[in-house]
Amino acid sequence: MVKKPIVTADEAVKLIKEGDAVMVGGFLGCGSPTGLIAALEKRGTGKLTLICNDCAMYNPKTGDMNGVAPLVAKKRFSVAVVSHIGTNPEIQRQMNEGETDVRLVPQGTLAERIRAAGAGLGGVLTPTGLGTEVQDGKKVVEVDGVKFLLEKALKGDVALIRAKKADKSGNCVYDKSGRNFNPLMAMACDTVIVEADEIVEIGELDPEVVVTPSVFVTHIVQGRK
Amino acid sequence: MEYVANKETIAKRIARFFKNGDVVNLGIGLPTLVGNYVPEGVELILQSENGFMGLGPAPEAGEEDPMLVNAGGMPVTIKAGGCYFDSAMSFAIIRGGHIAATVLGVLEVDQEGNLANYKIPGKMVPGMGGAMDLTVGAKTVFAATQHFDAKGNSKLLRRCKLPLTAAAQVDYVVTDVGLFQVKDGAFVLKEYFKPYTVDYILETTDADIVVDKDCKEVDLA
Repeated sequence: MVKKPIVTADEAVKLIKEGDAVMVGGFLGCGSPTGLIAALEKRGTGKLTLICNDCAMYNPKTGDMNGVAPLVAKKRFSVAVVSHIGTNPEIQRQMNEGETDVRLVPQGTLAERIRAAGAGLGGVLTPTGLGTEVQDGKKVVEVDGVKFLLEKALKGDVALIRAKKADKSGNCVYDKSGRNFNPLMAMACDTVIVEADEIVEIGELDPEVVVTPSVFVTHIVQGRK
Repeated sequence: MEYVANKETIAKRIARFFKNGDVVNLGIGLPTLVGNYVPEGVELILQSENGFMGLGPAPEAGEEDPMLVNAGGMPVTIKAGGCYFDSAMSFAIIRGGHIAATVLGVLEVDQEGNLANYKIPGKMVPGMGGAMDLTVGAKTVFAATQHFDAKGNSKLLRRCKLPLTAAAQVDYVVTDVGLFQVKDGAFVLKEYFKPYTVDYILETTDADIVVDKDCKEVDLA
């Protein structure tokens, strides 16, 4: 089995160019690749499109933040494609003042659009959003008398993924509710950087329990201890 | 008659709907309380849209695991027999009709079964998260809300004014004064909760209400 390059977080984020669409795993910060996010913050790459479940949590009183919130605070995103922003008042402010283009997508639709891109599909037909603002500008397709919205596949340039374990070929397993969007995003980008809590030898992961097959992964980073 | 907001009443009544083994998704906030009032002998299997089922109670202090949180980001536990999955599987379960019920919070709900709970344009825009998929996919959709807002306005309306989370998907609205089924463009009053009366509900609610022929008083105290 061919090994994938193991690189530092600082080296890995050099693969992200200004203006790229970056998918970041995690749900309210749980299962987010914190080392890669910190390295990207330090490098300063901007004008990015964020594709993520949310903009993670930020408490203006304490200054506490998690997930992608530090990148939001530094205004590294010109576009955010997310399902929920209720836990980050800074992105709401940026949206209301026109600084960031926030595109809200229903969570299940976001997941399925990403999966579709990774699976070579043009999009999905979903009943979610019919009769709401989500329908605006989209094609309604009727299948056997039932109406669906056509939601297009969503691709990214670089995915930042957090795994519990990755073997050196890139097979990944995840950690409890930290799985969320990670395995889907790993399918949908040209460059897929996995930050693994633990990197193990090829053969150490039981093939029956691998969640993300190595074929999707391009780079591996040792997560923070 | 004086209105006293009471979230427990709402949670208690919704909890009585469920059968043993029902797979249910409870929204964050008031809907989460429903889990506290499930009748004896009924075990709910709670689905958490961030990626698992078999959601258990909050852990003891000091036992929190940052990798095991609910859809509101709060530490939780998982019961024996639970399992983890990714977000596409989570919403396949939700959208594919495999969930018996969902309980969601309300900004506005109307007599056509429309629900608004994700956006007040220009003021508060938390986003829909999983709510749009839940309302479309769950077999039964409960809207859980206090009967009046902080200003005393009825939360049950003839027509929602805010952007919709779901068009014509709500099956039941449970407030702290009564239980309403949404049917044929009206709220059908099935139960009124002690100490409120049918007349009180008809007078104070800004919507078309049909009093069910079997409408009865229920004491949830």
